[in-house]
Amino acid sequence: MSFITGVGLTSFGRHEGSSTLDLMSRAAELAIADAGMKRGEIDGVLCGYSTVQPHIMLATVFAEHFGIKPAYAHAVQVGGATGLAMTMLAHTIVDAGLVRHVLVVSGENRLTGQSRDAAIQALAQVGHPDTEVPLGPTIPAYYGLVASRYMHEYGVSEEDLAEFAVLMRDNAADHPGAQFRERITVADVMNSKPVALPLKLLDCCPVSDGGAAFVVSREATSGVGVRVRGCAQAHTHQHVTMIPKFDAMGAAMSLQRARAACGIEIGDVRYAGIYDSFTITLAMLLEELSLAGRGEAAARVRSGHFGRDGAMPLNTHGGLLSYGHCGVGGAMAHLVETHLQMTGRAGNRQVRDASLALLHGDGGVLSSHVSMFLERVR
Amino acid sequence: MSGDAQRTADWTKGEEAIVYQSCAACGSRQYFRRSFCAACGAPDPEDKRASGEGVVYAASLVVRAATAEARAHAPYNIVLIDAAEGFRMMAHGDNDLKIGDRVRAQYRRFTDRLVPYFTRTTP
Repeated sequence: MSFITGVGLTSFGRHEGSSTLDLMSRAAELAIADAGMKRGEIDGVLCGYSTVQPHIMLATVFAEHFGIKPAYAHAVQVGGATGLAMTMLAHTIVDAGLVRHVLVVSGENRLTGQSRDAAIQALAQVGHPDTEVPLGPTIPAYYGLVASRYMHEYGVSEEDLAEFAVLMRDNAADHPGAQFRERITVADVMNSKPVALPLKLLDCCPVSDGGAAFVVSREATSGVGVRVRGCAQAHTHQHVTMIPKFDAMGAAMSLQRARAACGIEIGDVRYAGIYDSFTITLAMLLEELSLAGRGEAAARVRSGHFGRDGAMPLNTHGGLLSYGHCGVGGAMAHLVETHLQMTGRAGNRQVRDASLALLHGDGGVLSSHVSMFLERVR
Repeated sequence: MSGDAQRTADWTKGEEAIVYQSCAACGSRQYFRRSFCAACGAPDPEDKRASGEGVVYAASLVVRAATAEARAHAPYNIVLIDAAEGFRMMAHGDNDLKIGDRVRAQYRRFTDRLVPYFTRTTP
Protein backbone atom coordinates (compact mmCIF):
# COMPACT_ATOMS: atom_id res chain seq x y z
CA MET A 1 0.00 0.00 0.00
CA SER A 2 1.13 3.57 -0.61
CA PHE A 3 -0.23 7.07 -0.14
CA ILE A 4 0.48 10.44 -1.75
CA THR A 5 1.16 12.33 1.47
CA GLY A 6 2.23 15.73 0.15
CA VAL A 7 2.25 17.72 -3.07
CA GLY A 8 4.08 20.80 -4.30
CA LEU A 9 3.72 22.84 -7.46
CA THR A 10 5.29 26.11 -8.57
CA SER A 11 3.57 28.48 -10.94
CA PHE A 12 4.37 27.70 -14.58
CA GLY A 13 5.53 30.28 -17.10
CA ARG A 14 8.65 32.42 -16.88
CA HIS A 15 11.00 31.90 -13.94
CA GLU A 16 13.80 34.11 -15.21
CA GLY A 17 17.10 33.22 -13.55
CA SER A 18 15.88 29.95 -11.99
CA SER A 19 17.81 26.79 -12.85
CA THR A 20 16.49 23.25 -13.11
CA LEU A 21 17.79 22.55 -9.58
CA ASP A 22 16.19 25.74 -8.24
CA LEU A 23 12.78 24.75 -9.59
CA MET A 24 13.15 21.15 -8.37
CA SER A 25 14.16 22.39 -4.90
CA ARG A 26 11.25 24.82 -4.68
CA ALA A 27 8.71 22.13 -5.59
CA ALA A 28 10.36 19.60 -3.25
CA GLU A 29 10.21 22.01 -0.31
CA LEU A 30 6.52 22.62 -0.93
CA ALA A 31 5.74 18.89 -1.14
CA ILE A 32 7.70 17.97 1.98
CA ALA A 33 6.09 20.80 3.96
CA ASP A 34 2.68 19.73 2.67
CA ALA A 35 3.36 16.20 3.97
CA GLY A 36 4.24 17.71 7.35
CA MET A 37 7.75 16.27 7.19
CA LYS A 38 11.33 17.39 7.49
CA ARG A 39 13.56 16.80 4.50
CA GLY A 40 15.72 14.35 6.47
CA GLU A 41 12.78 11.96 6.65
CA ILE A 42 12.92 11.45 2.87
CA ASP A 43 14.77 8.19 2.22
CA GLY A 44 14.05 7.76 -1.48
CA VAL A 45 14.36 10.16 -4.44
CA LEU A 46 13.03 9.70 -7.95
CA CYS A 47 13.45 12.50 -10.44
CA GLY A 48 12.84 13.08 -14.11
CA TYR A 49 15.19 14.58 -16.67
CA SER A 50 15.90 18.12 -17.80
CA THR A 51 16.56 18.93 -21.46
CA VAL A 52 18.23 22.16 -20.32
CA GLN A 53 20.51 20.43 -17.82
CA PRO A 54 21.15 16.90 -19.10
CA HIS A 55 23.02 14.76 -16.58
CA ILE A 56 23.67 11.04 -16.25
CA MET A 57 22.93 11.17 -12.48
CA LEU A 58 20.37 13.90 -11.94
CA ALA A 59 18.83 12.30 -8.83
CA THR A 60 22.10 12.39 -6.87
CA VAL A 61 22.95 15.82 -8.25
CA PHE A 62 19.63 16.96 -6.82
CA ALA A 63 19.99 15.06 -3.52
CA GLU A 64 23.40 16.64 -2.88
CA HIS A 65 22.09 20.09 -3.83
CA PHE A 66 19.01 19.66 -1.64
CA GLY A 67 21.05 18.33 1.26
CA ILE A 68 19.74 14.80 1.70
CA LYS A 69 21.36 11.36 1.63
CA PRO A 70 18.66 8.95 0.44
CA ALA A 71 18.82 5.16 0.65
CA TYR A 72 17.43 4.91 -2.87
CA ALA A 73 17.76 7.40 -5.75
CA HIS A 74 17.79 7.55 -9.53
CA ALA A 75 16.25 9.33 -12.51
CA VAL A 76 13.52 7.97 -14.73
CA GLN A 77 12.95 8.75 -18.41
CA VAL A 78 9.70 7.95 -20.18
CA GLY A 79 9.02 11.31 -21.84
CA GLY A 80 5.63 12.71 -20.88
CA ALA A 81 4.77 9.52 -18.99
CA THR A 82 7.71 10.00 -16.61
CA GLY A 83 5.76 11.60 -13.76
CA LEU A 84 3.28 8.77 -13.46
CA ALA A 85 5.96 6.14 -14.14
CA MET A 86 7.93 7.56 -11.18
CA THR A 87 4.78 7.49 -9.05
CA MET A 88 4.19 3.87 -10.00
CA LEU A 89 7.78 3.01 -9.08
CA ALA A 90 7.57 4.98 -5.82
CA HIS A 91 4.39 3.07 -4.99
CA THR A 92 6.14 -0.22 -5.76
CA ILE A 93 9.29 0.36 -3.70
CA VAL A 94 7.33 1.79 -0.77
CA ASP A 95 4.92 -1.13 -0.92
CA ALA A 96 7.88 -3.54 -1.03
CA GLY A 97 9.28 -2.00 2.15
CA LEU A 98 12.50 -0.68 0.58
CA VAL A 99 11.89 2.88 1.75
CA ARG A 100 9.32 4.83 3.77
CA HIS A 101 9.04 8.20 2.03
CA VAL A 102 9.91 8.73 -1.63
CA LEU A 103 10.27 12.25 -2.97
CA VAL A 104 9.17 12.32 -6.62
CA VAL A 105 10.44 15.56 -8.09
CA SER A 106 10.97 17.33 -11.37
CA GLY A 107 11.53 20.85 -12.63
CA GLU A 108 12.97 22.56 -15.63
CA ASN A 109 13.64 26.10 -16.86
CA ARG A 110 12.63 24.91 -20.31
CA LEU A 111 11.31 28.30 -21.41
CA THR A 112 13.99 30.74 -20.26
CA GLY A 113 16.92 28.31 -20.18
CA GLN A 114 17.12 27.97 -23.97
CA SER A 115 15.71 29.42 -27.18
CA ARG A 116 12.30 28.24 -28.38
CA ASP A 117 13.99 26.78 -31.48
CA ALA A 118 16.34 24.79 -29.26
CA ALA A 119 13.41 23.49 -27.19
CA ILE A 120 11.46 22.42 -30.27
CA GLN A 121 14.52 20.85 -31.85
CA ALA A 122 15.58 18.97 -28.71
CA LEU A 123 12.13 17.38 -28.47
CA ALA A 124 11.94 16.52 -32.18
CA GLN A 125 14.93 14.22 -31.61
CA VAL A 126 12.55 11.57 -30.21
CA GLY A 127 12.02 10.85 -33.92
CA HIS A 128 13.96 8.13 -35.70
CA PRO A 129 17.47 9.51 -36.33
CA ASP A 130 17.86 8.02 -39.85
CA THR A 131 14.37 7.93 -41.31
CA GLU A 132 12.37 10.68 -39.55
CA VAL A 133 14.54 13.47 -38.08
CA PRO A 134 16.25 14.32 -41.45
CA LEU A 135 12.79 15.19 -42.83
CA GLY A 136 12.46 18.12 -40.43
CA PRO A 137 9.45 17.03 -38.41
CA THR A 138 8.59 18.65 -35.06
CA ILE A 139 6.69 17.22 -32.10
CA PRO A 140 3.55 19.06 -33.30
CA ALA A 141 4.08 17.38 -36.70
CA TYR A 142 4.24 13.90 -35.13
CA TYR A 143 0.96 14.63 -33.38
CA GLY A 144 -0.37 16.43 -36.46
CA LEU A 145 0.08 13.19 -38.39
CA VAL A 146 -1.80 11.24 -35.76
CA ALA A 147 -4.50 13.92 -35.67
CA SER A 148 -5.00 13.83 -39.44
CA ARG A 149 -5.57 10.09 -39.37
CA TYR A 150 -7.72 10.07 -36.25
CA MET A 151 -9.95 12.85 -37.64
CA HIS A 152 -10.23 10.93 -40.92
CA GLU A 153 -11.24 7.66 -39.26
CA TYR A 154 -13.64 8.99 -36.63
CA GLY A 155 -15.08 12.12 -38.26
CA VAL A 156 -13.49 14.54 -35.78
CA SER A 157 -13.21 18.19 -36.95
CA GLU A 158 -10.71 20.93 -36.13
CA GLU A 159 -13.52 22.73 -34.31
CA ASP A 160 -14.01 19.60 -32.20
CA LEU A 161 -10.34 19.65 -31.17
CA ALA A 162 -10.56 23.37 -30.39
CA GLU A 163 -13.14 22.61 -27.66
CA PHE A 164 -10.41 21.01 -25.54
CA ALA A 165 -8.19 24.09 -25.72
CA VAL A 166 -11.15 26.26 -24.66
CA LEU A 167 -11.99 23.96 -21.74
CA MET A 168 -8.41 23.85 -20.46
CA ARG A 169 -8.22 27.66 -20.67
CA ASP A 170 -11.52 28.02 -18.79
CA ASN A 171 -10.05 25.82 -16.05
CA ALA A 172 -6.74 27.70 -15.95
CA ALA A 173 -8.56 31.02 -15.60
CA ASP A 174 -9.23 30.08 -11.97
CA HIS A 175 -5.68 29.01 -11.10
CA PRO A 176 -3.27 31.81 -10.20
CA GLY A 177 -0.27 29.62 -11.11
CA ALA A 178 -1.32 28.95 -14.70
CA GLN A 179 0.79 30.28 -17.57
CA PHE A 180 -2.24 31.30 -19.69
CA ARG A 181 -5.44 32.48 -17.98
CA GLU A 182 -7.18 34.66 -20.54
CA ARG A 183 -10.30 32.90 -21.81
CA ILE A 184 -10.41 31.88 -25.47
CA THR A 185 -13.09 30.74 -27.92
CA VAL A 186 -13.23 28.04 -30.56
CA ALA A 187 -12.82 30.84 -33.13
CA ASP A 188 -9.63 32.00 -31.39
CA VAL A 189 -8.20 28.48 -31.69
CA MET A 190 -9.26 28.21 -35.34
CA ASN A 191 -7.67 31.59 -36.12
CA SER A 192 -4.44 30.95 -34.24
CA LYS A 193 -1.23 30.55 -36.24
CA PRO A 194 -0.80 27.25 -38.07
CA VAL A 195 1.99 25.15 -36.53
CA ALA A 196 1.72 21.64 -38.00
CA LEU A 197 -1.71 21.27 -39.54
CA PRO A 198 -4.29 20.32 -38.52
CA LEU A 199 -2.73 21.62 -35.27
CA LYS A 200 -2.59 25.37 -34.70
CA LEU A 201 -0.86 27.33 -31.96
CA LEU A 202 -3.71 27.05 -29.46
CA ASP A 203 -3.95 23.28 -30.07
CA CYS A 204 -0.40 23.01 -28.66
CA CYS A 205 0.81 23.23 -25.09
CA PRO A 206 3.28 26.02 -24.37
CA VAL A 207 6.93 25.66 -23.31
CA SER A 208 7.24 26.62 -19.62
CA ASP A 209 9.50 26.94 -16.63
CA GLY A 210 8.22 25.20 -13.51
CA GLY A 211 8.54 22.44 -10.98
CA ALA A 212 6.37 19.81 -9.33
CA ALA A 213 6.92 17.26 -6.57
CA PHE A 214 5.13 14.85 -4.30
CA VAL A 215 5.88 12.52 -1.44
CA VAL A 216 4.81 8.88 -1.64
CA SER A 217 4.69 7.16 1.75
CA ARG A 218 3.84 3.80 3.26
CA GLU A 219 1.24 5.30 5.60
CA ALA A 220 -1.09 8.26 5.39
CA THR A 221 0.26 11.20 7.40
CA SER A 222 -3.00 13.12 7.73
CA GLY A 223 -6.71 12.44 8.27
CA VAL A 224 -7.54 12.25 4.57
CA GLY A 225 -5.37 9.72 2.78
CA VAL A 226 -4.89 9.57 -0.97
CA ARG A 227 -4.03 6.00 -1.77
CA VAL A 228 -2.56 4.55 -4.96
CA ARG A 229 -5.15 1.88 -5.74
CA GLY A 230 -3.67 0.42 -8.90
CA CYS A 231 -1.42 1.31 -11.80
CA ALA A 232 -0.02 -0.23 -14.97
CA GLN A 233 1.88 0.59 -18.15
CA ALA A 234 1.94 -0.25 -21.84
CA HIS A 235 4.65 0.45 -24.41
CA THR A 236 3.72 -0.33 -28.00
CA HIS A 237 6.32 1.51 -30.12
CA GLN A 238 8.59 4.55 -30.06
CA HIS A 239 8.35 6.29 -33.44
CA VAL A 240 5.22 7.63 -35.09
CA THR A 241 6.07 5.61 -38.21
CA MET A 242 5.49 2.48 -36.09
CA ILE A 243 2.28 3.63 -34.38
CA PRO A 244 -0.21 0.75 -34.12
CA LYS A 245 -3.76 0.77 -35.45
CA PHE A 246 -6.12 2.87 -33.34
CA ASP A 247 -7.84 -0.24 -32.00
CA ALA A 248 -4.55 -1.57 -30.60
CA MET A 249 -3.10 1.51 -28.89
CA GLY A 250 -1.28 1.48 -25.57
CA ALA A 251 -3.63 3.70 -23.55
CA ALA A 252 -6.48 1.20 -23.53
CA MET A 253 -3.97 -1.56 -22.79
CA SER A 254 -2.45 0.13 -19.74
CA LEU A 255 -5.91 1.09 -18.45
CA GLN A 256 -7.07 -2.52 -18.80
CA ARG A 257 -4.03 -3.72 -16.84
CA ALA A 258 -4.56 -1.11 -14.10
CA ARG A 259 -8.23 -2.07 -13.82
CA ALA A 260 -7.31 -5.74 -13.61
CA ALA A 261 -4.84 -4.90 -10.82
CA CYS A 262 -7.45 -3.26 -8.58
CA GLY A 263 -10.89 -4.17 -9.89
CA ILE A 264 -12.06 -0.59 -10.47
CA GLU A 265 -14.67 0.12 -13.15
CA ILE A 266 -14.49 3.25 -15.29
CA GLY A 267 -18.00 4.07 -14.07
CA ASP A 268 -16.62 4.46 -10.52
CA VAL A 269 -14.21 7.23 -11.53
CA ARG A 270 -15.21 10.75 -10.37
CA TYR A 271 -12.26 12.89 -11.53
CA ALA A 272 -9.79 12.61 -14.41
CA GLY A 273 -6.24 13.94 -14.84
CA ILE A 274 -5.33 13.16 -18.45
CA TYR A 275 -2.22 14.06 -20.43
CA ASP A 276 -2.98 16.88 -22.87
CA SER A 277 0.16 17.91 -24.76
CA PHE A 278 -2.07 18.74 -27.73
CA THR A 279 -5.82 18.90 -28.14
CA ILE A 280 -5.67 15.69 -30.20
CA THR A 281 -3.80 13.93 -27.38
CA LEU A 282 -6.56 14.73 -24.91
CA ALA A 283 -9.36 13.83 -27.33
CA MET A 284 -7.77 10.51 -28.24
CA LEU A 285 -6.85 9.55 -24.69
CA LEU A 286 -10.34 10.31 -23.34
CA GLU A 287 -11.77 8.03 -26.02
CA GLU A 288 -9.08 5.37 -25.55
CA LEU A 289 -9.76 5.35 -21.81
CA SER A 290 -13.53 4.88 -22.35
CA LEU A 291 -14.33 8.28 -20.84
CA ALA A 292 -16.09 9.00 -24.17
CA GLY A 293 -17.07 6.94 -27.20
CA ARG A 294 -14.98 7.09 -30.38
CA GLY A 295 -15.28 10.52 -31.95
CA GLU A 296 -17.58 11.69 -29.14
CA ALA A 297 -15.25 13.40 -26.67
CA ALA A 298 -15.77 16.89 -28.13
CA ALA A 299 -19.55 16.54 -27.87
CA ARG A 300 -19.05 15.69 -24.20
CA VAL A 301 -17.00 18.85 -23.73
CA ARG A 302 -19.79 20.90 -25.35
CA SER A 303 -22.41 19.31 -23.08
CA GLY A 304 -20.42 20.22 -19.96
CA HIS A 305 -19.62 16.59 -19.07
CA PHE A 306 -15.92 17.38 -18.49
CA GLY A 307 -16.54 20.75 -16.85
CA ARG A 308 -15.91 21.48 -13.18
CA ASP A 309 -19.59 20.91 -12.37
CA GLY A 310 -19.96 18.06 -14.85
CA ALA A 311 -19.99 14.31 -14.30
CA MET A 312 -16.25 13.94 -15.03
CA PRO A 313 -14.23 17.04 -14.12
CA LEU A 314 -10.95 17.04 -16.02
CA ASN A 315 -7.58 18.76 -15.45
CA THR A 316 -9.18 21.52 -13.37
CA HIS A 317 -5.83 23.36 -13.14
CA GLY A 318 -5.78 23.90 -16.91
CA GLY A 319 -3.62 20.98 -17.99
CA LEU A 320 -0.52 21.18 -20.12
CA LEU A 321 -2.47 23.25 -22.63
CA SER A 322 -2.97 26.21 -20.29
CA TYR A 323 -1.32 25.61 -16.89
CA GLY A 324 1.78 24.89 -18.94
CA HIS A 325 4.37 22.25 -19.79
CA CYS A 326 7.83 22.35 -18.21
CA GLY A 327 8.75 18.79 -19.23
CA VAL A 328 8.39 16.05 -16.63
CA GLY A 329 6.84 18.44 -14.10
CA GLY A 330 4.10 19.29 -16.60
CA ALA A 331 2.16 16.08 -16.21
CA MET A 332 3.00 15.93 -12.49
CA ALA A 333 0.84 19.04 -12.11
CA HIS A 334 -2.14 16.84 -13.05
CA LEU A 335 -1.44 14.67 -10.00
CA VAL A 336 -0.90 17.66 -7.73
CA GLU A 337 -4.26 19.11 -8.78
CA THR A 338 -5.93 15.71 -8.37
CA HIS A 339 -4.54 15.51 -4.83
CA LEU A 340 -5.88 18.98 -3.99
CA GLN A 341 -9.29 17.98 -5.33
CA MET A 342 -9.31 14.69 -3.41
CA THR A 343 -8.36 16.38 -0.16
CA GLY A 344 -10.86 19.23 -0.59
CA ARG A 345 -8.19 21.92 -0.97
CA ALA A 346 -8.83 23.11 -4.52
CA GLY A 347 -10.50 26.35 -3.38
CA ASN A 348 -12.56 28.03 -6.09
CA ARG A 349 -11.82 25.07 -8.39
CA GLN A 350 -13.13 22.45 -5.95
CA VAL A 351 -15.34 19.80 -7.53
CA ARG A 352 -18.21 18.06 -5.72
CA ASP A 353 -16.74 14.59 -5.52
CA ALA A 354 -13.19 13.56 -6.34
CA SER A 355 -13.19 10.41 -4.21
CA LEU A 356 -11.80 8.23 -7.01
CA ALA A 357 -9.55 9.56 -9.75
CA LEU A 358 -8.03 8.22 -12.95
CA LEU A 359 -4.69 9.62 -14.07
CA HIS A 360 -3.09 8.86 -17.41
CA GLY A 361 0.25 9.87 -18.91
CA ASP A 362 1.61 9.46 -22.43
CA GLY A 363 5.21 9.65 -23.59
CA GLY A 364 6.66 9.86 -27.10
CA VAL A 365 3.95 9.80 -29.76
CA LEU A 366 1.33 7.85 -27.78
CA SER A 367 4.21 5.37 -27.34
CA SER A 368 4.49 4.90 -23.57
CA HIS A 369 1.47 4.88 -21.27
CA VAL A 370 0.88 4.82 -17.53
CA SER A 371 -2.61 4.59 -16.03
CA MET A 372 -3.23 5.06 -12.31
CA PHE A 373 -6.21 5.03 -9.97
CA LEU A 374 -6.09 7.13 -6.79
CA GLU A 375 -8.63 6.63 -4.03
CA ARG A 376 -9.50 8.83 -1.06
CA VAL A 377 -9.54 7.00 2.27
CA ARG A 378 -10.49 8.53 5.60
CA MET B 1 24.29 -9.48 -44.99
CA SER B 2 22.64 -6.41 -43.58
CA GLY B 3 25.37 -4.99 -41.40
CA ASP B 4 25.70 -1.24 -41.83
CA ALA B 5 28.83 -1.57 -44.01
CA GLN B 6 27.13 -3.86 -46.57
CA ARG B 7 23.69 -2.24 -46.55
CA THR B 8 22.11 -1.22 -49.81
CA ALA B 9 22.33 2.55 -50.17
CA ASP B 10 19.05 4.47 -50.01
CA TRP B 11 17.88 8.06 -49.56
CA THR B 12 19.24 8.17 -46.01
CA LYS B 13 22.68 7.71 -47.65
CA GLY B 14 22.02 10.16 -50.48
CA GLU B 15 20.88 7.58 -53.11
CA GLU B 16 17.58 8.00 -54.96
CA ALA B 17 16.07 4.82 -53.55
CA ILE B 18 13.78 3.54 -50.80
CA VAL B 19 15.02 0.30 -49.27
CA TYR B 20 13.21 -2.02 -46.88
CA GLN B 21 14.00 -5.42 -45.41
CA SER B 22 12.17 -8.69 -45.94
CA CYS B 23 12.45 -11.71 -43.64
CA ALA B 24 12.94 -15.06 -45.38
CA ALA B 25 11.80 -16.94 -42.25
CA CYS B 26 8.46 -15.27 -41.49
CA GLY B 27 7.78 -13.00 -44.45
CA SER B 28 7.64 -9.77 -42.36
CA ARG B 29 8.77 -6.51 -43.91
CA GLN B 30 10.46 -3.76 -41.95
CA TYR B 31 11.56 -0.25 -42.85
CA PHE B 32 13.84 0.54 -39.90
CA ARG B 33 17.02 -1.40 -40.61
CA ARG B 34 18.30 -4.05 -38.29
CA SER B 35 20.54 -7.11 -38.57
CA PHE B 36 17.55 -9.26 -37.56
CA CYS B 37 13.80 -9.47 -38.14
CA ALA B 38 11.97 -7.55 -35.38
CA ALA B 39 8.91 -9.80 -35.78
CA CYS B 40 10.54 -13.23 -35.37
CA GLY B 41 14.18 -12.57 -34.50
CA ALA B 42 15.62 -14.43 -37.51
CA PRO B 43 18.99 -13.01 -38.63
CA ASP B 44 19.86 -11.22 -41.87
CA PRO B 45 16.62 -9.96 -43.41
CA GLU B 46 17.13 -9.23 -47.09
CA ASP B 47 17.47 -5.65 -48.35
CA LYS B 48 14.96 -4.89 -51.10
CA ARG B 49 14.40 -1.82 -53.19
CA ALA B 50 10.84 -0.51 -53.01
CA SER B 51 8.83 0.48 -56.10
CA GLY B 52 8.11 3.93 -54.63
CA GLU B 53 4.34 3.35 -55.03
CA GLY B 54 2.07 3.83 -52.06
CA VAL B 55 -0.97 5.38 -50.40
CA VAL B 56 -1.07 8.39 -48.04
CA TYR B 57 -1.82 7.21 -44.47
CA ALA B 58 -1.46 10.58 -42.70
CA ALA B 59 -0.27 14.12 -43.45
CA SER B 60 0.77 17.20 -41.48
CA LEU B 61 1.78 20.47 -43.13
CA VAL B 62 4.65 21.94 -41.10
CA VAL B 63 4.36 25.73 -41.06
CA ARG B 64 6.48 26.36 -37.93
CA ALA B 65 9.86 24.67 -38.49
CA ALA B 66 12.45 24.38 -35.73
CA THR B 67 15.63 25.38 -37.55
CA ALA B 68 16.62 28.20 -39.88
CA GLU B 69 17.56 25.68 -42.60
CA ALA B 70 14.18 23.95 -42.43
CA ARG B 71 12.36 27.30 -42.22
CA ALA B 72 13.59 28.15 -45.72
CA HIS B 73 11.46 25.22 -47.01
CA ALA B 74 8.32 25.91 -44.95
CA PRO B 75 5.55 25.12 -45.36
CA TYR B 76 6.41 21.50 -46.15
CA ASN B 77 4.17 18.47 -45.91
CA ILE B 78 5.28 15.59 -43.69
CA VAL B 79 3.46 12.42 -44.74
CA LEU B 80 3.25 8.79 -43.66
CA ILE B 81 3.06 6.53 -46.70
CA ASP B 82 1.83 2.94 -46.74
CA ALA B 83 4.18 1.51 -49.35
CA ALA B 84 2.90 -1.02 -51.88
CA GLU B 85 5.36 -3.57 -50.45
CA GLY B 86 3.65 -3.51 -47.03
CA PHE B 87 5.73 -1.20 -44.83
CA ARG B 88 5.10 2.36 -43.66
CA MET B 89 7.52 5.27 -44.03
CA MET B 90 7.76 9.00 -43.34
CA ALA B 91 8.47 11.32 -46.26
CA HIS B 92 7.66 14.67 -47.80
CA GLY B 93 4.89 15.21 -50.33
CA ASP B 94 2.84 17.76 -52.23
CA ASN B 95 1.17 20.20 -49.86
CA ASP B 96 -2.33 19.23 -51.02
CA LEU B 97 -2.00 15.45 -50.56
CA LYS B 98 -5.00 13.84 -48.86
CA ILE B 99 -5.30 10.64 -46.87
CA GLY B 100 -5.99 7.77 -49.26
CA ASP B 101 -4.30 9.40 -52.27
CA ARG B 102 -2.24 7.04 -54.44
CA VAL B 103 1.26 8.42 -54.71
CA ARG B 104 4.68 7.77 -56.23
CA ALA B 105 8.11 8.75 -54.93
CA GLN B 106 10.38 11.38 -56.39
CA TYR B 107 13.39 12.91 -54.67
CA ARG B 108 14.10 16.50 -53.67
CA ARG B 109 16.62 18.47 -51.68
CA PHE B 110 15.62 19.46 -48.16
CA THR B 111 18.16 21.41 -46.10
CA ASP B 112 21.41 19.64 -47.05
CA ARG B 113 19.75 16.25 -47.65
CA LEU B 114 18.06 14.23 -50.33
CA VAL B 115 14.56 13.23 -49.20
CA PRO B 116 11.75 11.15 -50.71
CA TYR B 117 8.94 13.36 -52.01
CA PHE B 118 5.60 11.86 -52.99
CA THR B 119 3.22 13.17 -55.63
CA ARG B 120 -0.29 12.01 -56.57
CA THR B 121 -0.59 9.45 -59.39
CA THR B 122 -4.41 9.58 -59.68
CA PRO B 123 -6.21 12.83 -60.55
